[in-house]
Amino acid sequence: MPAQEPIKVDPGFSRTVETLTKLNLDACFQCRKCTNGCPVTFAMDIYPDQVIRLVILGQKERVLRCSTIWVCSACETCTTRCPNEVDIAATMDALKEMAVKAGVQCPQPKTYAFHKAFLEDIKRRGRMFEGRLMQSYLFKSGEFYKKLVDGTIKEDISLGLNMFKKGRLPLLPKGIKGKKEIKEILR
Amino acid sequence: MKVSYYPGCSLEASARDYQESIEGVCRRLEMELAELEDWNCCGATAAHSLNHRASIELPARNLVIAEKAGNDLVVPCPMCFNRLKVAEKALLNEETGRYRYTIEGKTKIWDLADFMAQDKVLDLIESKVTNPIKGIKAVCYYGCMSSRPPKITDVENYENPVSMDKILKRLGAEPIDWAYKTDCCGASHVVDRPDMVFKMVGKLYERALDVGANCIVVSCQMCQANLDIYQDKIGKQMGMTVDLPIIYFTELIGLAMKEREVESWLARHFVDPLTFLSKQNLLPRLWG
Repeated sequence: MPAQEPIKVDPGFSRTVETLTKLNLDACFQCRKCTNGCPVTFAMDIYPDQVIRLVILGQKERVLRCSTIWVCSACETCTTRCPNEVDIAATMDALKEMAVKAGVQCPQPKTYAFHKAFLEDIKRRGRMFEGRLMQSYLFKSGEFYKKLVDGTIKEDISLGLNMFKKGRLPLLPKGIKGKKEIKEILR
Repeated sequence: MKVSYYPGCSLEASARDYQESIEGVCRRLEMELAELEDWNCCGATAAHSLNHRASIELPARNLVIAEKAGNDLVVPCPMCFNRLKVAEKALLNEETGRYRYTIEGKTKIWDLADFMAQDKVLDLIESKVTNPIKGIKAVCYYGCMSSRPPKITDVENYENPVSMDKILKRLGAEPIDWAYKTDCCGASHVVDRPDMVFKMVGKLYERALDVGANCIVVSCQMCQANLDIYQDKIGKQMGMTVDLPIIYFTELIGLAMKEREVESWLARHFVDPLTFLSKQNLLPRLWG
C-alpha cells in the first residue's frame, strides 16, 4: 500500500489570515448556518464552514487550492447570518488574494481570467467597457478558441449583435480624466 | 430636489434602459440628478476578489468627489452601492493612512430603490400616477447587494426588503410576497460559470411562477440581465416555456405616470414586456 502523504499543517495560518483581514475566524463554532444558507454549495468542493475550519486547523494548501473560494458568488448571505460575526465572504476574498500571491494554480481558471480581464479593463480607462471586457475575457481564458472549435461562438456573436441592435452595446468606451490615478490604485 | 448621482459602468451600456428610465422618471419628479464629476468604476467583484486595497480605493475616490459635491449620493446599481458603502466604512473605521483617500463621512449614500421609497418621494410619485398599473402580478426581486451585509448597507429589512413593494403599491399594483427576494442570481458568474447562473436563475423562475407572478420587478441591472437575456435558454433547460418579463421598477413608475418614452426603454429588453403590458391594457398605444 502506498504511503499516504501526511497533511501539511501551517499552525500560524489562521493567525496570518486573521491579521491580514481582521476577521475573527476563531469564533466559528461550526453551526453551519453559513453553509445551509449558501446558494452555491452545489458547485463547491468544500463547504463554507469547512473552509473556516480548515483555516483554523492550519491546512493552508487545501484551502488555497479549493474551488469554493472562486465559486463563491459573494452574495454575503453567510456573513449576514453568522451568529458569531465571522465574515465568511471576506475570508473567501482574502484566501483568493493569498492563493494568487502564492502562485497556486487556480482550479477555476475562467473565473480568475474574468476578474483579471475586468481589472485590466478599468486600468485602461477608469471605467469598465463591457464590449472590450468580453473580448479580452474570451481570449485570456482560452474560451474563444474552445468556442470556435465547438461552434458555440455563434451564440456569443448573436448575443453581441442583439445587444447592439437594442442599443445596449456602444462601440466606443468612455474614459475618465483621472485615468492616471486609477492606474496608480491598480498598479 | 437635487442629488448627486453615480450611475456606474453598466448603465452606460448594457443597462441603458435602466439609465434612461431613471432619467425620465426623475425629470418628471423634478428631481435633479447631478452626475459625479469624472467618476470611476467601483471595481465590483473583480477588485474585491483579487485586490483588497483597490476594492476600497476605487470606490473611495468617488466618495471624495461626492463629498466635495455636498449632496446625498444616489446609486442605482446595487453592486456599486455596496462597494461605495464598504469603502465608506473602511475609511471611517480603519486606521487612518491605510488607504490613500480620507473622507469625513458626511455624504449619505442611497440605494436608488430605498431613496425612492422614502415617504415624501412615495407621495410625490403617487401624486403623478395617471395610469394605475392594475393587473400586474409582480414579485419584487432585490438580489443581494442592496441588502447584505447589514453592517455595510445599514439596512434594517435585510432579509425582507420592501422598498419596491411599497413603490408598486403606490402605482396601483399588488406585489406578491415571496421568499426569494434576496436570493442570489449568480451575478458575474454568468460569464465564467453560466451553468451555475442558469441553475440559480431557474430556481427563481420556478418560485416566481409558484406564487402566480406574471412578471419580475428588479432594481439591479445584473439581476435584470441574468433573468432576462438567457430566459429562453434557461427555460429550455428546464423543459418549459418561461414567459416572465423582467422589468425595472423605474420603468413601471414611468408607465404609471404615462411617460411616453417608456416604450423605448422597454423595447431594449429581451423578454418582450410591451406585449405583456398591452395585454394588461396598460399601453393604450401610449396615450395618443
